[in-house]
Amino acid sequence: MQVASMYFKERARAKLHDPQLQASLAKFQGKFVPARRAAITELDDFEGTRTAAAAIRQRALDDLDVWLTIFDENARARGATVLYAQTPAEINALVLEIARRHAVSRIIKSKSMVSEESGLDHAIEAAGLTVVETDLGEYILQINHYEPPSHIIGPALHKSRDEVAELFHARHGTPKREGIEELCLEARDVLRTHYLTADMGISGGNFFVAETGSVVLVTNEGNATLTTTLPKVHVAISGIEKIVPTLEDVATLMRLLPRSATGQSISNYVDILTGVKGPGEFHGAEHMYFIIVDSGRSAVLGSDVKDALRCIRCGACMNHCPVYQNVGGHAYGWVYPGPIGIILTPMYVGLTNALDLPYASTMCNQCGVVCPVKIPLPDLQRKLREKEFEAHLRPWYERLGLKSWGWLARYPALYGVASRVGVRLLRALADRNGMIHRLPLGGGWTDERDMPAPAGRTFRELYKARATRPQSTKA
Amino acid sequence: MRVGFFVTCLVDLMRPSIGFAAIELLESGGADVYVPASQTCCGQPCYNSGDRADTVALARKVIEEFEGCDYLVAPSGSCAGMIRTHYGELFAGEPDWTSRVATLAEKTYELTDFLVNVQKLDRVPGKYRGTITYHDSCAGLREMGVKSQPRALLATMDGVRTSEMADCETCCGFGGTFAVKLGEISARIADNKCQHIVTSGADAVVLGDLGCMLNIEGRLRRRGDATRVLHIAEVLAGVGVGADLPT
Repeated sequence: MQVASMYFKERARAKLHDPQLQASLAKFQGKFVPARRAAITELDDFEGTRTAAAAIRQRALDDLDVWLTIFDENARARGATVLYAQTPAEINALVLEIARRHAVSRIIKSKSMVSEESGLDHAIEAAGLTVVETDLGEYILQINHYEPPSHIIGPALHKSRDEVAELFHARHGTPKREGIEELCLEARDVLRTHYLTADMGISGGNFFVAETGSVVLVTNEGNATLTTTLPKVHVAISGIEKIVPTLEDVATLMRLLPRSATGQSISNYVDILTGVKGPGEFHGAEHMYFIIVDSGRSAVLGSDVKDALRCIRCGACMNHCPVYQNVGGHAYGWVYPGPIGIILTPMYVGLTNALDLPYASTMCNQCGVVCPVKIPLPDLQRKLREKEFEAHLRPWYERLGLKSWGWLARYPALYGVASRVGVRLLRALADRNGMIHRLPLGGGWTDERDMPAPAGRTFRELYKARATRPQSTKA
Repeated sequence: MRVGFFVTCLVDLMRPSIGFAAIELLESGGADVYVPASQTCCGQPCYNSGDRADTVALARKVIEEFEGCDYLVAPSGSCAGMIRTHYGELFAGEPDWTSRVATLAEKTYELTDFLVNVQKLDRVPGKYRGTITYHDSCAGLREMGVKSQPRALLATMDGVRTSEMADCETCCGFGGTFAVKLGEISARIADNKCQHIVTSGADAVVLGDLGCMLNIEGRLRRRGDATRVLHIAEVLAGVGVGADLPT
């Protein structure tokens, strides 16, 4: 996928002034957050489960090479082929190679964010094959000229019902439908043909289970079940970090994933796919491939933001993020938006291609509080800010401002003089209500807000004056 | 009980009355308040902008200034949170400093938390008449566990009615330098907050962090809204709330 993350600021500004998007975001806000709040009360010990989930994910990451080896052996023992992709380009090359090997021409696909990283659909089409997205949201985006997803679990949540109705009408040549149910039925009709004629199905992978060599798929529409079991070839693509040691671990993680994501106790479908169809078995693909993707992940594993790899892609961090809630996912300019995205994107596409992202956060830590695997998101954002500062990637005036403050605050006498002058200057800019309407060099603040002016004298000078006055220590 | 008062740079520069109000409250609870004259900033602006060297230098300064006290109290959840939850990480690999930080962190409190949980204050000196809505500032709430404390103190005041706003725990959009770097997003988040404040019907929004205060007040005024914005210390001490109390 093309990276546009370096334009976060400009893109976010446009999104703030997009009334249709703002209407969709307003609806979205009333949905997942309250649903999650209600769903987590079903667990007797939500915090304890969170702690256990974080430990499970951490255990997998601590010995990732070992678990990957175990997974590899168990998956092969059940007839699957395990392949590794170092780069996004390698993902696409492997998929096309598999397609050639099995003389595939028609591909269907359930949701895979990793395949968004590599722009897999474009590569498939460029090779002259067809591909159809079967997740409803992804399908809507595909038929709208491959519009990028704006949320990791609700890729089309930025679109209104009416936009979808128009799109279906235009692409399918059917009468324009009004109701959501009618639209779903229409999509179902269109997709059913593809399920029955495809010769290869591509899925993502929520978890790779080491002890069984299985892939776990968590979905609501049933499309992943059809995509992975009807065609003769199934290719599951996901990152190296998606390994979990045991099925028991999956059970714990599943108590949190749907609840954190959509507020469901359990998703409508959970597929655990293990090995190829055996002799006499009715369900499953004849050929099963795993493409396990590094693409920047091992570098994250060796960095000080490695905790981000615990992520199970529930989307709770973005659902609860005041920045995401107001600008939506497209502003972030790549595959993963929101608090987890502003860490993963710079790590996967390069910090210099996403300079503003680590700053696209108020550090309110609502994301850290709701994260089911306890990723300390603001702390990781700060680590990236440190990298930018150390590598001199911030603008000179910002650096100068910071260094001046840091230096001045170390010398109390100097700080005292400078602050006394500063507050008086600012006071002079205030109107009669004590508000500053325009702050030189502070347009970021005063373009849309007033700045309450300082009182005019600092606490330190007032306190000193009081302390030197005999018998008057109180305010 | 010797309480070191960390006034915070924003209170020092912007609204000194909050500092005096806080001192009055601490003294009303029986504290012997000590205000180090050399104090400046806890280092958070540098910390959150990736300038670790300056952060460490300022952290050392704060530790030296306050470690002789029984407690450190700040009228800000954000600055207290910086000291209590983030200083430790700055000195990894320096055993001397690690233990000094740990000792200071343990006795560092946000003002209302200290008044309620250490001083067990059940009466406050201030008087206020009107309807208040309380905004939970992020660091106070999520780093320092400040939620019931300010409300408990407000509940001791006869003239105070409270009306909770929707999403009182949602960020106001300040975020330190975020408010300037990404000012438009910040202002939009602040605007949502202002809408909730207005809908609550309160005549004052009260909170415990000056950053949020400047942001919310600035946005309210730009919207042409005169709802008062007060620091919890001002209300509890009756300082800076003015004579023209709404009835």
